[in-house]
Amino acid sequence: MSKKVAIVGIGYSGFRTTSTDVSYREMIYEAATKCYEDAGGIHPQSIDSFVASSEDFMEGISIADEYVPDQLGAVLKPVQSIAGDSLQGLASALMQIKTGQFDVVAASAFSKISNLSSYENVLSYATDPAYIRPFQENPYFIAGLEMNRYLYETGTSREQCAKVVIKNRYNALKNPTAIYGAKIDMDDILNAPPLCKPLGEFDKSGHLDGAIVLLLASEDKARELTDHPIWITGLGWATDTPNLDSRTDTLGSARYAELAAQKAYSMAGINTPYNEIDFAEIDDTFSYKELQHIEALKLCGPGEAGELLDLGSFAPAGDLPVNVSGGSLGVGYLHEANGLHRVLETVLQLRGEAGPRQLPGVETGLAFAWRGVPTTTGTAIILSNKS
Amino acid sequence: MKEKVQVSGGTGLSAKDVSSGKIFVTDDSLDCAYAWDTGVAVNRYLAELKNGRIIATECRKCKRIMLPPRLFCELCYVPSNNWVYVQDTGVINTFSICHVHWDASRIGEGEKPHLPAVIEIDGASEGMGIMHLLNEVEPDQIKIGMKVKAVWKPEAERTGSINDIKYFKPIE
Repeated sequence: MSKKVAIVGIGYSGFRTTSTDVSYREMIYEAATKCYEDAGGIHPQSIDSFVASSEDFMEGISIADEYVPDQLGAVLKPVQSIAGDSLQGLASALMQIKTGQFDVVAASAFSKISNLSSYENVLSYATDPAYIRPFQENPYFIAGLEMNRYLYETGTSREQCAKVVIKNRYNALKNPTAIYGAKIDMDDILNAPPLCKPLGEFDKSGHLDGAIVLLLASEDKARELTDHPIWITGLGWATDTPNLDSRTDTLGSARYAELAAQKAYSMAGINTPYNEIDFAEIDDTFSYKELQHIEALKLCGPGEAGELLDLGSFAPAGDLPVNVSGGSLGVGYLHEANGLHRVLETVLQLRGEAGPRQLPGVETGLAFAWRGVPTTTGTAIILSNKS
Repeated sequence: MKEKVQVSGGTGLSAKDVSSGKIFVTDDSLDCAYAWDTGVAVNRYLAELKNGRIIATECRKCKRIMLPPRLFCELCYVPSNNWVYVQDTGVINTFSICHVHWDASRIGEGEKPHLPAVIEIDGASEGMGIMHLLNEVEPDQIKIGMKVKAVWKPEAERTGSINDIKYFKPIE
């Protein structure tokens, strides 16, 4: 990679199911203040540019990017909004620094999903008006279709998907920011009310309000601002066709994840991901997604994720811990802030600041975010504490 | 040298082609409901409007008295939780005389134009105030710099809304 870029500051506010006591401005201000303090107390006047990620429909404000500047300290500064997952926003911030025109760039995202009382409608409006919407199905049916095909193609079992839920919600018990931590067993999950079979109630993650702000800096600036820069060594993203009935591969696979990771690995010079990556924070919006994504990210062979899960490979003490934070199933789902949440947890591990869930001796982490149904967009990032 | 580009035939579409079903369209109307958390600053602002008062916050660094009130100064980037009451009078900073409704339809014969105005509130820092509406004034009489005062809804009708002030009208 040409110019080295590091994450030098992290800050968050939340995470909880409602946040009626603060406005989105006040919530983001708290996250940004923490982030800037974390980066040596930098004043936003010294930050060159700001990238926010949001989806207008979620917020109920069209052209929501115009409401970004105040709470980030970005008034009269270069500000850009990305209508996408916040890991795509982080990609944009990274590229701005790599142009050589900017040295310090902030990336932010938030969720106030509790303010939206018709979430299913918004989700539904993301489906094709001519092909899909006339059926008037709850968009989770897409997850049902994907899961069914994934199980069929790989021989992965329903029980193995349930084990993802058990693992992640148990991991979450050690994460003070996680609100869905629980010790649950297989029967709880298999006997839960079905949503869109084979997907059940426990197979999906719960909503969360919260804000996350990260600060990125070029190498020289990074060393000025912090003693523990976390380097971005690789990043990639990809979007498949939206067609449910004619994906480039099949509904059972996640080609977007494969291609995003391919790009990220090649930038980072990673040839054997399973051996070179110490741990991963991988999208688990739905239980099967974690296994499907692990395979697409080439952390194991096709159809092997379920078996490796059985063997404990993805547990905190396993060969390749996945979602030690608790993931979206254990922490909760932050919508467009989801990607930055994955990065936040990866940075905490690489800094050795993950408290009771800290993994020993980790140097390289992978974070992967998917934008949720009905999207086919995924972003992968490789982070390292070694320069 | 210019050569005229020949546009080949083709048939234009009319509204009738659509309404008669010759051209297919997919109809949908979006149904979304939101309840935005106002948070600390806006909540207190609205609560005080319900009381018939306008409250602002002061930045402890630049000393600006800020309207609408906010929990942080966006320029100094420091918390600002020093609350101060300001007047319900001020001067017109700018205004417009609108002959169209919000949906761009023209106002009817004899209907009064809408009069949005930015009012710099007495007691707040220069350039800070309230975006509101003017009334009890002829449009051609409005001037930038004109002194105005809030006309409040009766107490029983106030709900904690920017509309608890009905409008501003000229004084003197």
